[in-house]
Amino acid sequence: MTDKTPALRLENIVKTFPGVRALDGVSFEVLPGEVHALMGENGAGKSTLMKVLGGIHQPNEGRILVGEEPVVMANPLDAKAKGIVFIHQELSLAEELTVAENIYLGELPRKSFGRVDWKTLHARTDEILAQLKVGFDARTVVGTLSIANQQMVEIARALTVDAKAVIFDEPTASLTDAEKVVLFEVIEDLKRQGVGIIYISHRMEEIFRITDRISVLRDGQYRGTLVTAETDEDEVTQLMIGRSLDLSRNESHAELGDVAVEVRGLSCGDLYRDVSFEIRRGEVVGFYGLVGAGRTEIAETLFGLREPSFGQILLDGEEVRLHSPADAIARGISLVPEDRKGQGLVLGMNCRDNMTLPQVDDLKAGPFVAEGAEVAIFDQYRDRLDIRTPGWRQLVGNLSGGNQQKIVIGKWLSMHPTLLIVDEPTRGIDVGSKSEIHKLVRDLAAQGYAVMVISSEMPEVLHVSDRIVAMYHGELIRSFTSDEVTEDNLIQAISGIRPDEKAA
Amino acid sequence: MSEAMQSRPAARTGGLTGAKVGTFLARQGILIAFVLFMVGFTVANERFLEPDNILGVIRSSAILGVMALGVTFVVISGNLDLSVGSLMSFSTIVVLDLHDKLGPALAIPAMFAMTLAIGAVIGFLVGYLRLNSLIVTLGMLSAIHGLTLTYSGGQNMDIADKEGTWFSVFGQGEALGIPVPILIFAALAALLGIVLAKTPFGRKVYAVGGNGTAATFSGIRRARVVFSCYLVSAFCVATAGLIQASRSMGSQNTVGQGMELEVLAAVILGGASLMGGSGTIFKTVIGVLILGFIQNGLLLIGLEFYVQYVVTWIIIILAVWLDVAAKRGRLLSPIA
Repeated sequence: MTDKTPALRLENIVKTFPGVRALDGVSFEVLPGEVHALMGENGAGKSTLMKVLGGIHQPNEGRILVGEEPVVMANPLDAKAKGIVFIHQELSLAEELTVAENIYLGELPRKSFGRVDWKTLHARTDEILAQLKVGFDARTVVGTLSIANQQMVEIARALTVDAKAVIFDEPTASLTDAEKVVLFEVIEDLKRQGVGIIYISHRMEEIFRITDRISVLRDGQYRGTLVTAETDEDEVTQLMIGRSLDLSRNESHAELGDVAVEVRGLSCGDLYRDVSFEIRRGEVVGFYGLVGAGRTEIAETLFGLREPSFGQILLDGEEVRLHSPADAIARGISLVPEDRKGQGLVLGMNCRDNMTLPQVDDLKAGPFVAEGAEVAIFDQYRDRLDIRTPGWRQLVGNLSGGNQQKIVIGKWLSMHPTLLIVDEPTRGIDVGSKSEIHKLVRDLAAQGYAVMVISSEMPEVLHVSDRIVAMYHGELIRSFTSDEVTEDNLIQAISGIRPDEKAA
Repeated sequence: MSEAMQSRPAARTGGLTGAKVGTFLARQGILIAFVLFMVGFTVANERFLEPDNILGVIRSSAILGVMALGVTFVVISGNLDLSVGSLMSFSTIVVLDLHDKLGPALAIPAMFAMTLAIGAVIGFLVGYLRLNSLIVTLGMLSAIHGLTLTYSGGQNMDIADKEGTWFSVFGQGEALGIPVPILIFAALAALLGIVLAKTPFGRKVYAVGGNGTAATFSGIRRARVVFSCYLVSAFCVATAGLIQASRSMGSQNTVGQGMELEVLAAVILGGASLMGGSGTIFKTVIGVLILGFIQNGLLLIGLEFYVQYVVTWIIIILAVWLDVAAKRGRLLSPIA
């Protein structure tokens, strides 16, 4: 490996911000045809490093080499021109335009009088799309594509330049398992073409499936590089956080109490049909299925965001009709939403105000908000959930993903809900915080909360649930206890295969 | 290739004091611009800093200021209100007309009720029907102007007996040597400042403007909050109309024309974000004063009235630019 010239090499990169040394002498390299994972907990410096590579930040020290040649990236366009291409977690496509227009935006082929040469444009685009074996063509409007296909458009865009290194930043965050397979094939293709690939992800299974080497950052420092084939999750995790993690099946069986919530024959248009289940106090029920199976939509109905077309919701045995989140919250239903930044938090507000937002009308001293009581609530849940923040005045937007998620959870715990729904509780959260959040969910059940967990990650569902409900295309296929469930029967269930004899 | 663990002691020292000064400058960009203007005008004309002049500036800014207080709520909630100028004309005309028909004691509450009713219509359209506030209030700007002309038949309104009424107190009175418009402005600023900073309603206004979806997901009834912000705005406009009517005791139908932009300029100059979620009443008051002093300073320098329009807006844009540049730490936008 060492005799090849690296596609991209970073030497001793230092980047400081006022008061913070975000990157402290980071060096690493990607060889042509190599998939190189870059790992680290949130705040380890991965994003800063990517911004340096992308020309958004200039390093204070150190140099970047593309091939043999030292380069300075003045801005993102410059980085692209030098052969460094990013596939971002958040897509940056113009949804109203076609695939071809997006791919060649800014460099559309021209005819006389500046007219666009559509024929050439579409021909070139279709050629690239053929390479990617996708099911859409150059004329498709991007907004009509699934997230996975939009990502393919981004990748196609990368293929139009002579890419030396392609950087994938959490590319599978919103992909289904089938879509991931396609993405991995594309990455294999890029590899064969001799492109160096930097792959950023929190998901160990993926890292071990597709990468050749793994480099780890911690606290802005380079911690070492491991050859994937010669290491295991434990070693990588050790390097990242210095403690090993347990990712096994839930063994603890909390004492189950009364039925907290019961759903009978609930349907909502095409989204889900005839769904019935119950969740007891002290129980964690995991909802597992592919994206589009209807899990989030059920949660939204329970939270008053989506009116059901048929069926009943009973809370503590009493039927309720929920027309808004305010109704649901008043009835003791809380939702920790999937989109933490978009739905869970007001990023420009401080930690305390976010945490007490749902009960701000109840925390009053005369006509005013009782700020003392708010601080007391914040302190209590900061300690209980181990939220790491300099203080309640800190803006939530400045916290790491894990700590942000804890703020959202604390927001609801302080109101003592009957049912706590958590949708993808650890999406985009680093490994260390992940296991903390899993433990938290278990603790909540032990304290007598009814918890509904929606997750697309099987280890997570197995790890936290007392029971697992498998969904497929809007239907509840099967409900497992944690003793019955195996990887195989769970995968069958979420693929729509019902057991020959239904479990009683 | 190094596969060994490398560990270096973390170096996290230095630059703190410099950073703090930088942060302070970045936060106070507008205030600094304000001080620079004041110094500049004072050098140009020594009358600028005389107490009489200062009091005069604040008094003439009071009407604009009262309106800006309400618009601050609307802007923080993530919306715009371009109808305030036109609504102020309406309030002024109505209260002047009703003064002679019903007497001031009834005319004032009647005018407030009518103005609030229009505010409620806007609040309903933007809050409950979720229509774009720019389009709704731009439409209302014209619609209210039409309403005012219909009401007055296009005639100027005058109070017949200008000497024999206590109505003049709001615009022309003084207490403790301070003009009443300033007292109203100050009192309303204090009241609304407390409402915004200290009450659950104020908190919800910030939440709705900062992230409306997250606010909804926290059980806040977003429509109700937005609706209430337009009521606050209408209340402030009615108060401004009262001061205006009482000061001039007669008015044209177009008295508030163009003020919506000046009001918005003052709010933004104060540092509220047009995206919503940030801003304070105190900052808006600063914005109002900056605008007032700039206009007064230009007058004292002896610039022609029409030239002032141009220069005022150049200065506003410069000030906002400096403010943004200070926050970014550079003069030009970082991404080409």
